[in-house]
Amino acid sequence: MLLIRCPHCGDRPEVEFRHGGEAHLARPPEPAALSDAEWAAYLHQRRNPRGPHAERWRHIHGCGRFFNAVRDTLTDRFLATYPTGAARPDGTQQGDPA
Amino acid sequence: MSAPFRTHQGGRPDRARTLRFTFDGRTYDGHPGDTLASALLAHGVHLTGRSFKYHRPRGILSAGPEEPNALVELDAGPGRREPNSRATMVPLRDGLLARSQNRWPSLAWDAGALTGAAAALLPAGFYYKTFMGPGRAWEKLYEPLIRRMAGLGRAPAEADPDRYAQRYAHCDVLVVGAGPAGLAAALAAARGGARVILCDEQMEMGGSLLSQPGTRIAGLPGWEWLEVALAELRALKVRLLPRTTAFSYGLQNMVSLAELPERAEGPRERLWMVRAARVVLATGAIERPLPFSGNDRPGVMLADAARVYALRYGVLAGHRAAVLAAHDSGYEAAFALQAAGMEIAAILDPRAAPPADLLAEATGRGIRVLAGQGVARSLGGRRVTGLISTGGERIGCDLLLMAGGWTPSVHLFSQARGALRWDAARDAYLPDTAPEAVLCAGACQGSYGLGACLAEGHAAGGGHGAAPGAQPGREPSGMPTAQAVAGAAKAPMAFVDFQNDVQAKDIALAVREGFRSIEHVKRYTTNGMATDQGKTSNMVGLAIAAATLGQEIPAVGLTRYRHPVTPTGFGGLAGRHRGDLFEPIRRAPLHGWAEAEGALFEPVAQWRRARAFPRAGEDLHAAVLRECRAVRQAAGIFDASTLGKIEVVGPDAAEFLERLYVNPWKKLAPGRCRYGIMLREDGFVTDDGVVGRMAADRFHVTTTTGGAARVLHMMEDYLQTEFPELRVWLTSTTEQWAVIALQGPKARTILEPFVEGLDISAASFPHMSVAACRVMGIPARLFRVSFTGELGFEVNVAPDQAPALWRALMRAGAPHGLTPYGTEAMHVLRAEKGYIIVSQETDGTVTPDDAGLSWAVGKAKRDFVGKRSLARPEMRRRDRPQLVGLLPRGTVPQEGAQILASPGARMAEGHVTSAYWSPALDRPIALGLLAGGRERMGQTVYATVMGGAPIAMEVTDPVFLDKAGERVNA
Amino acid sequence: MHENSVIRHAGITLRALPGMARFALRCAPADAPRASQALGLDLPLAALTASAGAGRAALWLGPDEWLILAEDGAAETLPPAMEDAFAATPFSLVEVSGRQLAYGLSGPGAEEVLAEGCPLDLSDAAFGPGTCTRTLFGKVEMVLWRPGPEPAWHIEVWRSFAPHLHAHLREALLDL
Repeated sequence: MLLIRCPHCGDRPEVEFRHGGEAHLARPPEPAALSDAEWAAYLHQRRNPRGPHAERWRHIHGCGRFFNAVRDTLTDRFLATYPTGAARPDGTQQGDPA
Repeated sequence: MSAPFRTHQGGRPDRARTLRFTFDGRTYDGHPGDTLASALLAHGVHLTGRSFKYHRPRGILSAGPEEPNALVELDAGPGRREPNSRATMVPLRDGLLARSQNRWPSLAWDAGALTGAAAALLPAGFYYKTFMGPGRAWEKLYEPLIRRMAGLGRAPAEADPDRYAQRYAHCDVLVVGAGPAGLAAALAAARGGARVILCDEQMEMGGSLLSQPGTRIAGLPGWEWLEVALAELRALKVRLLPRTTAFSYGLQNMVSLAELPERAEGPRERLWMVRAARVVLATGAIERPLPFSGNDRPGVMLADAARVYALRYGVLAGHRAAVLAAHDSGYEAAFALQAAGMEIAAILDPRAAPPADLLAEATGRGIRVLAGQGVARSLGGRRVTGLISTGGERIGCDLLLMAGGWTPSVHLFSQARGALRWDAARDAYLPDTAPEAVLCAGACQGSYGLGACLAEGHAAGGGHGAAPGAQPGREPSGMPTAQAVAGAAKAPMAFVDFQNDVQAKDIALAVREGFRSIEHVKRYTTNGMATDQGKTSNMVGLAIAAATLGQEIPAVGLTRYRHPVTPTGFGGLAGRHRGDLFEPIRRAPLHGWAEAEGALFEPVAQWRRARAFPRAGEDLHAAVLRECRAVRQAAGIFDASTLGKIEVVGPDAAEFLERLYVNPWKKLAPGRCRYGIMLREDGFVTDDGVVGRMAADRFHVTTTTGGAARVLHMMEDYLQTEFPELRVWLTSTTEQWAVIALQGPKARTILEPFVEGLDISAASFPHMSVAACRVMGIPARLFRVSFTGELGFEVNVAPDQAPALWRALMRAGAPHGLTPYGTEAMHVLRAEKGYIIVSQETDGTVTPDDAGLSWAVGKAKRDFVGKRSLARPEMRRRDRPQLVGLLPRGTVPQEGAQILASPGARMAEGHVTSAYWSPALDRPIALGLLAGGRERMGQTVYATVMGGAPIAMEVTDPVFLDKAGERVNA
Repeated sequence: MHENSVIRHAGITLRALPGMARFALRCAPADAPRASQALGLDLPLAALTASAGAGRAALWLGPDEWLILAEDGAAETLPPAMEDAFAATPFSLVEVSGRQLAYGLSGPGAEEVLAEGCPLDLSDAAFGPGTCTRTLFGKVEMVLWRPGPEPAWHIEVWRSFAPHLHAHLREALLDL
């Protein structure tokens, strides 16, 4: 069971969390301005890197907050966790281009 | 009763006390401290089972958890029959009842035994090669036959009467294995002030010390030092867990332990989930058997196991032993056994030049050593009687011991994602580096001397200064296994994996047939795939594969160690979550009343909801018809408490809902409510419910019963991550409010006298109103809403006050015909009105327009979740499945039935989503999703019937009753 | 539905606690002093801490979320006091008195009973007096609060999950 560092509550067991998919995919402010292809890309296209991956988690059975985490998909190690809206920490770039 | 193979003295068992046990119908005795295996051996019983594939007689091979042969069934009464128990790990207890497995009619005379020519028919890959045709022969013929022949043990048929506990634990240092290395580690860590857990799979802690009574540590005899060490650990508050197997090493040092508590009362197993800052593995090593013809005959045993039986249990596994020693440890075993009173017929050492010091000692002890010789085959039937050496000599013995070197137990280290490195000198894979905070100590990293084990354990435990002192042992050596297995591939019945009946020649055959990866060889031959996970067979199999390929062992690779390292019971994994505690069953505040009324219940998500209230003599159908008629003609009362509720509060509450729902909210006046539809971003309906505006900055949102948690999570997601600028907060109030629905033309008449502070007349409290008030003096939120098409109210009150209000309403309503109704009548009533149920009419691919709900979508809204997706061309096709009403002729179709354009059509054009007998129309009605359905009014379509003729149905408007919607305004 | 019986075993007591007023309070942490003023209690701003006194307690559940526990009468008096204290400043106060039930688990070793289903480290060092958090017990979410130095725990659970939680705790206690 993973131990995940909630930015608010500290290290907590994985069962208290819910995974929320890839991070840093902001909802377009004007969806209507997007082409069908652009909208489909926003909805469905996700990275699946081998290595560091920025993803969303929610401490749903704890403080309830969403936050972001960089996890190495190869080792399952968390490299960093940081609040929603904050920039991805340096040195944890996505493993492969989208 | 005398135990002829028990030594006169010595060993750990308490000879002052006698335990009686039964094996295969015969009663024997033993002592506390015995295992089932040691007690059987004390009576000369070696034959304990039949093998998996060939049904060959098998005996006790080992003295530990690696045992592949002596798997027995323990029977402790109904539901407590435990198959595949390793006799070497079963602590003896009074009244123990054990049976051998995989034999018929008896262990001695097994009809399934395959010998000679028949056995030759089962080579590697036999199943893949043989049972290929014809047609359905596999399921009809081969599989039933094989299932009867093969298999290990029988699962109990009765429910398990025992309890299973689970426990989370946290510590600074978890030490796995309580041999000398583990004890030294635990002592060092605990003395340093750490929180320590020490576990060991044996019933007694001490590991190899238990079979080394002559050794000395820190100036004390070994067994005395063990007592002192355990006492100190207890004093230092170390949690000592004997009979506890670490079977799985998870991420970030979460290690799972299976404890089998000793006491008769209490849980049968306890699963420990230990999170350790640091783990010390002191898991020891396992001796390797050697492949030769008939190496599986009862009486053929690992050399060190025989030594353990003699020194720990005071049991001689035979009178006259021959020792096949490819490793120095065979000599140690021979010397120890001789000292314990066993005759040593000979030591056969395949090495041309065995170590001089051992040769000298053997000579001094009068033991004959046959250097450069191995065993060609064993002799005997169900028990070994002798052997033929590779030099052709016949040697008589009743015990044939194998010393093939040692395999460090690196399973847990490997599961910790530790890398292993090949150590040619020790002829073994050893722990290298690991990403987890894990250290190894002692034999599991190839250090076999007592002094080294203590020193490494002391260091791994973080100890300072000197480790407990002991004599440094001599550095042992042996013939590399890849060399020792030479020729085995040509020998018949030379077994590598005893449990899965894999022979040396099977592995060689697999390699010759082209399997190169050791993972493929493993699966093709099944070597190492039995419940022992190849603890005794992996390295031998690997050596044979390497030798056949002409490669070095590290070039061939190593198979991964799976979870669990050692078999563990399902009960411990399930823990408390069985029976009533399998999962939470949620009951609403009015459940007790419904139960007393004899309601039928149905599960809705985790809730139990009253489905109907049948009266005496009524079946479900009759009850539903009566309940429906009461609602249409008088009034019904319904428990709607399970609906999800979310309080949305803040100055931006309306703006938030505007973005989350398809509907417009900003102009909804306080005191009014609206039916809301929520989409996912992909444009499909995910939930619906009535939303009431309590104040400018406060909304009372309802969701479906099953969707409550999902909707709140989705709302929080958007609020926290997409719209954090909105000043609004969400609070679940599902269980804050119990909801009593009153529906029907008499609803107002019944409710009105209870309401204080509110005029609920049609004029001042019209349909889709909401207000705070008091009902029977209880603070309430009153909604005027309808999910039946009738005049309706929903009273929200505190849950502990709801039963009293319900009873009062029932009394007051009785003269008006007020009738409780359940979810089944609710379904019929809403279907008559064409109201959808999310997840019944929708399936995650339905847009608001598909469901006929375009009217609810705020056309002027610039954006809402899902809006952009609705503009995709695919979502606007006119032939999308659309909600329609269906008038079946004759009978009610099945929900889920496919809709066909003609009775013989090959392709479905939709499906029936709801179907009922409508009491209002006195005929069957149905709702369905039909391709381009709204343009097909009046057409006849057909619902498929499993194994019957399709039902003709007329396509119609989904609103079957009161199309003008006048009844809700009554 | 509330399990009213008191269960004692191995020096540990599991009991249902009497009803109380409860509120879910949400506001910006910067506005916490307003809530403190209305509560007569310092709203805790440090994560995972609670403050208590004068028949009231405030439990930090999240960076802008608190659970307020109070003696029964507060259900009527607290909302207007909060309205006054916050005035035009946005906040959310939702009464949840009926939403959840409470149990007390006390006695030396009570944390061992909780360890049957709670994955957190409940030792003095990790979960000292005044600590509180939302977490899990087996398959049920709960709020766990350790009010003081003695081995006594306050458990809040949603009403419909209470029978399951209680039955699970009871089995764990009796098997200790």
